[in-house]
This record gives sequence, structure tokens and C-alpha cells, in this order.
Amino acid sequence: MSTRQYELVYLITPDASEQVVADLHSQVEQIVQRFNATLEKTENWGRRKLAYEIGHHREAVYVVETINSTSGDVMKEIDRRLRVSDEVIRHLVVRVDEEIRVAERTRDARKANQARRRVARGLPPEPAPGEQRGDQDSDDDREGMEVQR
Amino acid sequence: MSEERGGRGRKGADKDKGKDGPRRGGFFRRRRVCKFCAEKIDYINYKDVRLLAPFLPERGKIQPRRISGTCALHQRKLQTAIKRARQLALVPYVTD
Repeated sequence: MSTRQYELVYLITPDASEQVVADLHSQVEQIVQRFNATLEKTENWGRRKLAYEIGHHREAVYVVETINSTSGDVMKEIDRRLRVSDEVIRHLVVRVDEEIRVAERTRDARKANQARRRVARGLPPEPAPGEQRGDQDSDDDREGMEVQR
Repeated sequence: MSEERGGRGRKGADKDKGKDGPRRGGFFRRRRVCKFCAEKIDYINYKDVRLLAPFLPERGKIQPRRISGTCALHQRKLQTAIKRARQLALVPYVTD
């Protein structure tokens, strides 16, 4: 069975101590282990200003966890646990493996396409570092024109 | 003149033609290209506020394709990314 990758983001109240943040992380870790899943990456963004108020809070501690699992049951359990937790003011679970696969596919397809076209023009498949067609520059020139209108 | 008309970059938007208003001489609008196609961004990450911010004008509404020039595929991906970011209070739903 293929593995699924999930991203879990949760927001903790700003008045929570470091200990609470660590506790929540270990809780997540325990659930992950219990379901034979793996925790790939943990990112703590720290305190960040919210774009809008959530329950009278203006900022929150952001934690991002990347979890690999063969089934969705882990996320179900984590979702349930975070929902009842008082310290977590918001959380989001996103399945990312499919999206990442699509992104990789389009990137590879573009690379292959570029290589094929370059070979057809009698150039080496990979463009040399300094060899750009200057799309960016011409774009900037036109930007100036827009201001004049 | 027909050159300039093409330069306005309203791809396949016949119904918009009437709304353009009078076009004076020397009027030139940059032909917008999809930012994600141009910069070859395959995955629009919802956690990247700096990437999403240009598509949210002051009110916080998602900028329509006809203004930003984003292609249909990327606008769709951008839309989900912005909606996810909104849930996490990374970008606003509305700003007054």
C-alpha cells in the first residue's frame, strides 16, 4: 500500500508555556507511533501574529508536522484529540502526497520537454547557467509602461 | 491598433469587449502572464504567505483572474491555497 503524506498545522494559545507546546508535540508523536506511522518533520514557527482574531487571541504559536502513514486513521485520531484540546485554538490536516506528486510530474514533464526542444534546436539538453532568454527583463520593461497609463 | 488590442491580453473574453470603454491612442496595457507559469512554481504552498499576498488586495478578497492574469489551472490551485491559509489565520478572510 502506498504511503500517504499528511501535513498537520496547529495553533496554540499565546499564553501557553513552552512545556505545553512540548507536551502537545509528544502527544502527537505518541499517536503517530501507536498507529505505526512516522513523523517526518516538525517545524515550530513560534509566535506569529494572526490575520484575524481567534477567540480574542491576536497571536498564536504555529507548529507544522509532516506525517507519513499508510492509512488515514492516525489523522482521524489526531484530529479528534486536537479538537478537544483547550490549548489548540485551530488546526488543519492536509493530505499532500498527491499534490506533491502532481507537482513533481509537471516539473519533470517540463524539464523533459525543454530538453527535447533544446536538442531539436541543436543545443545541449541543459541550459548553461548564464544562458537565459531574458523573459524577466522584458517583463519589467512593460511594467513601466503600465504605470504611464 | 489590432496589435494593441491583442496586447490587452483578454484571452477569449469576447463579452468583455464592450466593457473596455474608449481606448485612446498610446493606450497600452501590459500583457499579463501567469506568475506561476512564468516563475515555474509547480506547487502553490498554502504556508507561504509571501507568495499568496500579492493575490489578496486590501479587502482580502481573492484577486480575479482577469486582473491578475493567472492561468485557470494556477488560479484554481491558488484558490485552495488561499482558503487553507485563511483557515490558519495566515491571511485574512476580510479586512475592513
